[in-house]
Formats: sequence, structure tokens, C-alpha cells
Amino acid sequence: MSERVFMKGCEAIAEAATRAGCRFFAGYPITPQNEIPEYFARRMPEVGGVFVQGESEVASVNMLYGAASTGTRAMSSSSSCGISLYSEGVSYMNAARIPAVYVNVQRGGPGIGAIQPAQQDYLQATKASGNGGFRMLVLAPATVQECVDMTYRAFDLAAKYQNPVLVLTDGVMGTMMEPVELPPMKSDEELAELKAAYHYRAVVGHPLGEAVFCRPGGIGGGWEEINKETVKMYETWDSEVEYEEFMMDDAEIVLAAYGISARISRYVVKALRKEGIKAGMIRPIKVSPFPYEAFDKLDFDRVKGILNVEMSIPAQMKWDIEYAVHGRCPIAESLRSGGELLTNDQVLAAARALAKEVL
Amino acid sequence: MEKQVYKKTLGVLPNTVSGFCPGCMHSTVHKLIGEVAEDLGYLDKLVRVEGVGCCGLGQLYVSHDSTIAAHGRGCAVATGIKRCTPESLVYTYQGDGDLASIGMAETILAANRGENFTVIFVNNCIYGMTGGQMAPTTLIGMKSTTTPKGRNPEEHGYPIHMCEVLNQLTAPYYLERVSCDTPQHVIATRKAIKKAFQYQLEGKGFSMVEIVTSCPTNWGLTPIAALDFLRDKMFAEFPLGVIRDKGAVK
Ligand SMILES: Cc1ncc(C[n+]2csc(CCOP(=O)(O)OP(=O)(O)O)c2C)c(N)n1
Ligand code: SF4
Repeated sequence: MSERVFMKGCEAIAEAATRAGCRFFAGYPITPQNEIPEYFARRMPEVGGVFVQGESEVASVNMLYGAASTGTRAMSSSSSCGISLYSEGVSYMNAARIPAVYVNVQRGGPGIGAIQPAQQDYLQATKASGNGGFRMLVLAPATVQECVDMTYRAFDLAAKYQNPVLVLTDGVMGTMMEPVELPPMKSDEELAELKAAYHYRAVVGHPLGEAVFCRPGGIGGGWEEINKETVKMYETWDSEVEYEEFMMDDAEIVLAAYGISARISRYVVKALRKEGIKAGMIRPIKVSPFPYEAFDKLDFDRVKGILNVEMSIPAQMKWDIEYAVHGRCPIAESLRSGGELLTNDQVLAAARALAKEVL
Repeated sequence: MEKQVYKKTLGVLPNTVSGFCPGCMHSTVHKLIGEVAEDLGYLDKLVRVEGVGCCGLGQLYVSHDSTIAAHGRGCAVATGIKRCTPESLVYTYQGDGDLASIGMAETILAANRGENFTVIFVNNCIYGMTGGQMAPTTLIGMKSTTTPKGRNPEEHGYPIHMCEVLNQLTAPYYLERVSCDTPQHVIATRKAIKKAFQYQLEGKGFSMVEIVTSCPTNWGLTPIAALDFLRDKMFAEFPLGVIRDKGAVK
């Protein structure tokens, strides 16, 4: 049975994770995601779970590696410059195929950047969250409700593929309050079943002859074969591509945005329509795998221009859009960064300017 | 009537030949861990968190569950594992570069939280795997590939004594420094590992057994000469003995 409450994004993420069966959380304080560890610190003892304040992001992500390798549903969260320190552990979790979930509540960058919201970790999140050239499923919620639903699903996806999953959100979503419907709490029996299903590769101790060797590479070789196996998994991810098309049926101007920028773009599309401009929006729901098909299949006799809306300077998602569009129409940008927020007016003005130029 | 007085531990895979250098004590320590876990009836609950370095060569020989932590992160990974499966017998196996340099923060903070697992710390004063660079425990004057004129305290500081560093903390339960250069010392090491494992099974919290060992290959000495160096120089800098034992009967 679901339940409707008014919640802040960060806390909603933590509650959704708890309901999905998360019983271990490790994290290090960093704004704007402190409410996630703080919520877990209160919540985990209530459900017999573990909360550890790691001594650093490096330690926290490696605790996550350990916890998730036992088959316990486990999570960690951080923000931007903290996520940079995750790259070691994230790479190891990909190498060893550990089903862990982590959340990036993005803030301004590069460097220590700004504590205010941003979307400046797109390329890191989607292309290279660590050394070695692996890929991950990256979910990009645009409402607090989606923060809940995607965090909940992230655990199932991690278990399905036995691979880490990233929820990529931002400081706006993390600190904003909205009414949400919470998913049902997974029962202890369900969690025990999930754990039992993982037991064959859980690092918990096994009888002689059945020992589990959980290896993120190392000596002994055979890693190229494992890389090839992983590619086979990536090839099944066509089914994981997820995007929303908003008012796209007759659109001539297309706004492309994910997460918080998509909310602003949705408003702008409606405003443009009132002005008689046929606008629409493509919103990647997962930013990895990227929905190239959504752009590739566009009728470029009709679509005259794309506006890439992102809270990042320079633009980052634009690379993926350019790759799919391949010069078939101009791609303009409406951007902010460094903790400065996009406004409806800025994006509207940019969209009008594009329409004026290409229509 | 015949009586079996010794057998190879089941904690190490049968029919494997150790790839450690001649005179290296890593293989002895692996054997002892296996024997102790077997004695305690805990081989099927034994979990090894391996550091990166020559200690990592052990992954090919152990017969129990194991994972490899990123270089230095053994105590963080073990924290995650042990907190989620308190019924497992968890130990980290780390060298001096791993535990005391890149992993210093993870080691100290896990010890400070009193995490209920055991650290097996193999201190050979040098980076073995990468070919003999200076470690935080390298002796004053000792040559390494990155201190070709010997470790100079004015430039490189002094050897770090990890047992003593951890002894500054309130939480650790048991800290002992041992070696494997003589049969007596091997027996003492076995006892220390057993005590540490028993404390863990009793839920007492953090223990570390530091094993002062030789690395003939990177010290540039024969195995026999390395033993002399160990006894003359290493034991002087790193005296053997119990540094802390909260469970000792007075
Ligand atoms: C992040 C990272 N940095 C550096 C290395 C390279 N590396 C491998 S082993 C090692 C040193 C190991 O020395 P020690 O911990 O003393 O163990 P020993 O080989 O002596 O047993 C280093 C620096 C690595 N694997 N990962
Ligand atoms: S290099 Fe040193 S530590 Fe490594 S196996 Fe050889 S003797 Fe042992």
C-alpha cells in the first residue's frame, strides 16, 4: 500500500531506499545532501540496518563496496567534489560487479565549486565515473516523486545486473519539498530471499570448495574475458533506455534537458505554445544509456532547432545530443553553472531567439 | 600405531605452490591464519579482505572467501562486510604501504570506531610489490629505490610505529607485534592471531597483529642475511611484544 506525504528530496531518497530494503548506508557530510545521511542515521536503527559516518568519501564508498558485496542492499550518497573521491570505489564496484546504489546530489563545480545546485557532473556520471572504461545505469529524476521511484528501482536494477547504479540528481531536487507517494516497505522475508539469492557470490564465508573470490581485477589474469562479458551486458541495455517526449508530436523547436532543467523546460514549452511556437521537449529519464534514438528518429524536415538546457557551463549533455543529431539541425544552448540557477525567463528568451533564427 | 602430528591446513588451497620469493614470510602467515581458523572451526565463516601489494599474491592460495580492497582501503571494506555479517570472521591482510601510508586514515578511523574485525599487518619496511620503494616504516638509513642514499629523517621523516599509533586510541582491544623468524616466534604469531580471532568472536572489537617480516628480494639480501637484518635492525626499531591487551588477566 502506498502512502502520501510531504517530503524533502534528500529525505525522500533515504526513505525510498529504506523501503527498497537498504540496510547499510555510509557517507561523509557535504552540502547539499546532508539530509540523506542524517535521515539514515535516524532510520537505520529502526529497521535493524547500519549507518556509518565514514571518515571520508574514499572510506565511505569502500565501505559500500564491502557492505554490498555481502548481498545486503546498501547505499551511499555525496555531492560533486565528494563524488570525485568515489571514483576509486565506483571503479572497483564495476570491476567486481557489486550491486550497490549511490546518489550524487550535484552542486557547482569544478573544484569545491559552490554548495548551490548545478548539473556539472554529467560527463563524469555518464562516461567515466572511474578508471577503466565501464558503463553504469544512471537515473536522472526531475521531481521528488521521481527521486523516490528511481531510488526504489535503482536497487532492483543493481540486483538485476549485479552492477552499481547511480541516481544523478541536484541540489534543487535534494532540498525541495513536494508531496510524494511512498512505495511499500519490503518485508524482512523479501529481503531474506534477496540475500539468499545472492549468497552464491556473497563475501560472507562459505564451506570449503564453495569459497567466493570477489575480485575487482588483480593477479591471475582473465580480466579481458570479464570485460567482454560485461560488454554483453551493456548490449542488453537498449531495453533500459528511458526518456520522455513532451508535446513532441508536431514540435519544430525541441528543448533537451534532464533533471531540474527539464522542469524549467516543461514550463517554457507550454509558454512557447501559448505564443504560437510549436515547441516540445525530450527528457532523458536515464542519462546512461543515453536515449540517442529519441534524437536520431526526429523528422528534421519539421524540427528546425534544438535547445540544450543544462545547469553546466560548458554544456555537457550537448555532446550526446550532437552525436545523435549529427549536424541535421542547429543545437543552441541555455546554460548556467557554478551554483547559479537557470530561470524560466532565461530559457524562454533563449528558446524564442532560436525560434526566431530557424523558423 | 601411527599418529598424525601435522597436516597442511585446509585454509590454503591444496596443490598450489606459493609464488612468494624464497625467504618471504607471507606464506608462513597465510598458513598460520588457515590453521587458526581451522582450530576455531571457523574456516567456513572466514572472510579475507586483501590489501594491494605482495599480500595480494595470497589470493591465489587461500581456500576461504576473499575480496580485494583498493590499495589502503582494507579497513573500510572490512567495516562494510563485518557490519552487514557480524557472524563472519573477518580479517584484513595488509602491508605497510597499504595500511600505514595510503590507508592510514581508514586504518586509524576503523580502529577508533572499535570495528570488530582483525587486522593482520605485515610490516616488511618496504614496498614489496612495486619493487622496493620507501615505506612509512622504512628504517633510518635504509636504502630503497626512492631513497637511494638511505632514508634521511630530515627529508623523509621517521619510521611510523603503527601499534603505538593505535595505542593512543581508546577503542582498540588488542595490539601485538610479533615475527616469524624462528619456530618460537612462529608459535607466538600463531597464538597472537588466535587471540585476535577469539576476541573478534567474543565481539570485543578492533585487534591488530603486526608481523615484522623480511623482504629479502627488495632488501637485496639473501634469505639468511635478511633474517640477521630483521633481528639486528628491525626488532630494534619495532620491538616485539604485547602493546595492548584489554582481555589480559592481571
Ligand atoms: C591507488 C594505487 N596506488 C598505487 C598502487 C601501486 N601499488 C601496488 S602494491 C603497492 C605497494 C605495496 O606495498 P606494501 O603495502 O608495503 O605491501 P608489500 O608489497 O610490501 O607486501 C603500490 C604502491 C596501486 N595498486 N593502487
Ligand atoms: S618482494 Fe618481498 S614481500 Fe614480496 S614476495 Fe618477495 S620477499 Fe615477499
